[in-house]
Amino acid sequence: MKKLHPAGLLRTLGRAATVVALLTLIPVWAMAQQPRYGGELIFPVPSEPPSYDGHREETFGLIHPIAPHYNTLLRVDPTDPTGTKVIGDLAESWTITKDGLTYTFKLRKGVKFHDGSELTSKDVKASYDKIIFPPPGVGSSRKGQYRSVETIEALDPLTVRFRLKWPDASFRPLGLASPWNFIYKADVLAKDIHWYEKNVMGTGPFKFVEHVKGSHWVGKKNPDYWDKGKPYLDGYRALFITSSSAQVAAIRGERAYIQFRGFSPAERDSLKQALGDKITVQESAWDCILMVAINHEKKPFDDKRVRRALTLGLDRWEGSKALSRIAIVKEVAGVQVPGTPYATPPEELAKLAGYGSDINAARAEARRLLKEAGAEGLSFTFKNRGTPMPYEPVAIWMIDQWRQIGVTVKQEVIESAAYFTPLRKGDFEVAMDFQCGYIVEPDLDMYKFISVDKNPANYGRYVDRVLDDLYEKQARAADPEERKRLVRQFEKRLLDEEAHYLLTLQWHRIIPHLSKVKGWQITPSHYLNNQLDAVWLAE
Amino acid sequence: MAIDAPIEAVRDLAPEAPPRAWVDVVIRFTRERPLGAIGAALVLVMGLAALLAQLLAPYDPLTNDYGAMLAPPGASHWLGTDAHGRDVLSRLVYGSRTALLVGFGSSLLGGTLGAVIGVASAYFGGRVDLFLQRLMDIFLSLPLIVLALALVVILGTGTENVILAITVPMVPRAALVVRSAGLAIREMPYVDAARAAGFGHARIIFRHMLPNVMAPYLIMLTAFLGQAVLLEASLSFLGLGVQEPTAAWGLMLRGAAVEFAETAPWMGFFPGLAISLAVFGFNLFGDSLRDALDPRLRI
Amino acid sequence: MWKYVLKRLLLMVPTLLGVAVLVFVLMRVVPGDIVELRFIGGGGGQFVSEEQLAMERAKLGLDRPMWRQFADWMLGLARLDLGVSMWTGAPISEELELRFALSLQVAVMATLVATLLAIPLGILAAVRQDTWVDYAVRVFSIAGIAMPSFWLGILMILGFLIVFKWLPPMVYTPFWVDPWQNLAQLTWPALAVGYRYSAVATRMTRSTMLEVLREDYIRTARAKGLWHKLILTRHALKNAMLPVLTVIALEFAFLLGGLVVTEQVFNLNGLGLLFVQAIAHRDYTLTQALVLLVAFTFIFVNFLVDLAFAWLDPRIRYR
Repeated sequence: MKKLHPAGLLRTLGRAATVVALLTLIPVWAMAQQPRYGGELIFPVPSEPPSYDGHREETFGLIHPIAPHYNTLLRVDPTDPTGTKVIGDLAESWTITKDGLTYTFKLRKGVKFHDGSELTSKDVKASYDKIIFPPPGVGSSRKGQYRSVETIEALDPLTVRFRLKWPDASFRPLGLASPWNFIYKADVLAKDIHWYEKNVMGTGPFKFVEHVKGSHWVGKKNPDYWDKGKPYLDGYRALFITSSSAQVAAIRGERAYIQFRGFSPAERDSLKQALGDKITVQESAWDCILMVAINHEKKPFDDKRVRRALTLGLDRWEGSKALSRIAIVKEVAGVQVPGTPYATPPEELAKLAGYGSDINAARAEARRLLKEAGAEGLSFTFKNRGTPMPYEPVAIWMIDQWRQIGVTVKQEVIESAAYFTPLRKGDFEVAMDFQCGYIVEPDLDMYKFISVDKNPANYGRYVDRVLDDLYEKQARAADPEERKRLVRQFEKRLLDEEAHYLLTLQWHRIIPHLSKVKGWQITPSHYLNNQLDAVWLAE
Repeated sequence: MAIDAPIEAVRDLAPEAPPRAWVDVVIRFTRERPLGAIGAALVLVMGLAALLAQLLAPYDPLTNDYGAMLAPPGASHWLGTDAHGRDVLSRLVYGSRTALLVGFGSSLLGGTLGAVIGVASAYFGGRVDLFLQRLMDIFLSLPLIVLALALVVILGTGTENVILAITVPMVPRAALVVRSAGLAIREMPYVDAARAAGFGHARIIFRHMLPNVMAPYLIMLTAFLGQAVLLEASLSFLGLGVQEPTAAWGLMLRGAAVEFAETAPWMGFFPGLAISLAVFGFNLFGDSLRDALDPRLRI
Repeated sequence: MWKYVLKRLLLMVPTLLGVAVLVFVLMRVVPGDIVELRFIGGGGGQFVSEEQLAMERAKLGLDRPMWRQFADWMLGLARLDLGVSMWTGAPISEELELRFALSLQVAVMATLVATLLAIPLGILAAVRQDTWVDYAVRVFSIAGIAMPSFWLGILMILGFLIVFKWLPPMVYTPFWVDPWQNLAQLTWPALAVGYRYSAVATRMTRSTMLEVLREDYIRTARAKGLWHKLILTRHALKNAMLPVLTVIALEFAFLLGGLVVTEQVFNLNGLGLLFVQAIAHRDYTLTQALVLLVAFTFIFVNFLVDLAFAWLDPRIRYR
C-alpha cells in the first residue's frame, strides 16, 4: 500500500473538492440559465390586422400575433440589441459572389409546414415571386425595395439563388431578413394566390388556433418545429386591446405579461411603482421619428434661410431631457437610430444646424437668418395629427421653441384619419410628419427624403438632385466605410445645408414587462423579434 | 272635470302677479329651494372665474416651464403643474371660459333652433309636422356622441367647430321637448277661438305659444348646458374637441392626466372636479327651476 | 288600431332612408382614404406605389360612381345582406355578432340598474317632497350625470387595482359559456352606465308621482285614511309609470351604440368601439351598416312605445 503523504492527501482532497464543487455548481448555473418549458404567453396588441398576408399589410398589428406562425429566409438576430445583425432562419448558409450580384442560399433540411408537408426551395421562390413580381390584383407593399432583383431561381430542392442587377448593400437585411417576408407554401399559392389573406399556414414555431375578431388570437406550440428544443412556450394569446390604459391595467393585474410596441414613461413608472421587482424594463432607441415637413411650394418656405432658422430654433438637447419624462421620445438623432452601424457619432452630429449645444447662439443665428430673408415676425399654421402620443407634447414643445425666436405658430390638429389628405395634397405650410422603419437600414430610413418626383411620399415637395445622387451612391456602395461617409453627406445636406426636413427627437421604446418573461431582447424596431421561439416563462 | 280643464289651464297659463324686486325673488328662491340656490351659486362662481380670468389666474395658461414639470400643489403653484410645467390653477380658471363658451354657445344655438322647429311643428301641424318630425327623427336616431364625432371629423377640430358639433344633436332634442309643450297649447280651445277671431299666425305664436313654452325651454337649456360641457369633455378625451394649447377642462383630462393618474393625480383631479361641479350646478339649478315653475312638466 | 300600426310602420321607412342617405353622403364627404390609411398610416409604407393604392381602391369598388355604390348597398339591404367590411373583407354580420351581443347585454343590464334605482328613489322623493330625503335623492341622482363617464370608469379600474388588487376579465365570454366570467366583466360598466342613466328616469318618476299625488281622488283617500291611499296609489301608479317607461325605453335605445367612451375605458369589445374604429379606418360599409343598425333600433323602440301609448290611450289612435 502506498503511504499516504499528508500534502499529497490534501492535494487530492483539494482536487476532489473542486471537482465536487464544480459538479454541484453546474446544475445550479444551468438551472439559472436553462429555459423552462411550458406556459402561455399573454400579451396585448393595440391594433388588429385587417388581413393575414404579411406581404401586403403594413401594420405591426399583423406582425405581433402572426409572425410566430411563420419563418423567413433570413432574420435579424433576436439577441442583437441594435437590430441589425442578420442570421439565417430557413437558410442554413449562404454565399455571395464577389461582385455582390448573386446570392445563393442553402435551406435547412426537414422543415415542415403545419400541414405536414416539407418545405423546399419552390416555396421560397413562390413566396418571393409574390413579393417581388406580384401578379396583377395582388398587393405587395414592399415591391419597390427590390428594384435590384433580376431573378429568383430554385436550383434544387434545398438551394435558392437570387440574381441582382447591381450590388445592393441593403438586400440582405432589408430584402431577405424583412419580418414581413413570410414563406408561404407554393402549392397553396398556385391554387389560390389570395389564400394567405384569410388563412394561416406556415413553418413557424407556433400553429394557428383561433382568431376571435376584436377579442384575441391564439397560437399553440408546433411540436415538429425544425429548431429542435424550441419553442419553449406551450402557446401564446394575443389580446386586442386598443386603450393604452387598459393595456397597462392588464399587465399590472398580471393578466398580460408583455406588450411588444411600447409604453410611455408615465406608464412605465406606474408599473414599476405598483409591481416593483416583478417588472423588468427594457428600453431602446426606436426606429420611429417625428419630423417637420416644410412645404417648399409655399413662400417663404422655399427660402432655405427660413428653414434653417426653424431648425436652429429647436433646443433638442434640453427638449430631450424634458420630453423624455412625459413622452415616448428621447434621443437626439440624425437619419439613423443612434447606436446602429451607420449612425453619426454625437460629436459629428453636434456640428449640424440645430444640434449644437449653444442654444443662445443658435437662436441668435435663427433670428438673423429670418431678418435676412425678410421673414421677421413670421407666423404660420402648423398642421398636426390628432394622435396624443407623442404628437401632442412634441408640438407643444416646438411651438414654444419657435415662439422664442419670434415665430408665431398656430396649431391646427386634424383628426388622425383625415390627416393624410392635406399632407399628400400639399395643402399645408408646415406639418408634422412621421416615419417608422421595420429594420434600421439607410435605404429604408432615407428613402423618404429623395425628390418628390421619385417619391410621392416626400411631403416637403422639393426636388434635390444632389440628395438623390447621394442616395443612389450609398445604396450601391460596397464598402461599409464608404457607405457611412455617403450617409453622413446625405444627412448634412438634408438637415443642415438645405434643412429640407426637420428631424425632432427619436422615439424611445420602453417595454416594461413581467420579470418572468425571459429570452426576449428589445431592438429599435417593434416589427422585429416577434417569432417568440426563444421566449420562455420563469416561475 | 273635463269642462273645468280649459279654464283651469288658462288660469295656470295666465301670467303671475308682477314680481317684486329682484332681490326678493332671489331671497325667496334661496329660502324655498336651497338646492337650486347651491346650483346657481356654483354656476355664478364659474361665470365669475370666466369673466375675471386675467385677474384670478396667477400664471399665463399657455407658457411652458419645463423646469417645473409635474410639480405637486405647493406655494408657487397652488394646484400643481402639468406635464409641460403649466400652472393647473391658471388653466382651470381660463378653462371655465372655454367651458362656458362651448356650453352656452351650443345650448343657446341648439335650443333656440330646436325651439323654432318645435313651435312650427306644433303650431302648423299636418304635413309640416310630419316632415319636420321625420327630419328630427333622423338626427335623433343617431347616438349623441356618434353624431358629434362625425361632425367633428367633417368640420375639423377647434373651439368653433366643437360648438357646432354639439349644437347639431341638441336641435332635435330641443324640438321634441318644445313640440310636446307646444302641442298642449295647440289643443286649447282658445287658440281656435283666436284664429276664428282673425288673429294672424305670428300673433298667436308670439303671444300665446312662446310664453308658455318658455318654462320648458329654460329648463331644457339648463340640462343642455350640463350635457354640452360633458360632451365637450368626452370629445376632448377622444381627441376631437378643443385643441392644445387652449386651456379647456376636457382637454386637461386626457393623455398625460390619465397616464400620470397615480404619480401626479392633481393633473386630472381638479379638471374632473371642475367639470363635475359645473354640470352638477347647472342640473341642480335646472331641477329647482322646474320645481318652481311646474313640477308636473314632463321633461 | 291596425290602421294606426300600419301608419307608424310606414313612417319608419322615410326616416330610415333619410339616415341611410345621410350617413352615405357624410362618409364620402369626410376627408381620408381607407387605402392610404391601411398602407401608409402606420408610419411605414415607404415603398408603396400609387398603382398599388389605385388597385386596392378598385378592389373595394371605390372607383365606381357614387350612385352605383349607393344602389349596390340598397339592393344588398333589400336582401338583408349588410355587406362586407372594407377594412377586413369579412362579412359585416360576422363582425357584428360578438360585439352586438356584448353591447346588448350591457344595455340591458344598465337599463335594469337604472330602473331599479330610478323608480324607488323617484317615488321616495315625491312622497317626501322638499324634505332632506328629497334633497338627498336629487343630489345623488344628479351626481350621476355630473361626472364625466370616462373619469368614473378610470377611477373604478384604478380602484380595483389599488384597493382589491383585482382586474375584471379583459376578454368577453358569452353568458351561456361562463356566466361568472361574463358578469365579472360586465357588471361594472353596467353599474357605471346605469347609475348615470337613472338620473333622468328618477326625475321623471318623481314628476309623475307628484302629479298623481295631487289628484283629487288621492287627496280624498288621504283624508279617509292610509289604507285607502295605498290602494289608490298603487292603481294610480300604473298610469304614472307610463312616461317613466317611455324614458327608460328611449334611453335603452341610445345605449346600444352610444357607449363609445365607456367601452374604451373598460375595454369592452362592443358596438361603440367598433364604430370608432370603423370611422378611424374610413370603412364606409361598416360605418353605414352600424349607423343603420343603431338608427333602426332607436326607431323601432320608438315605434313600440308609440304602440303601447296608442293601446292604452285610445284618443291617440284617431289623430
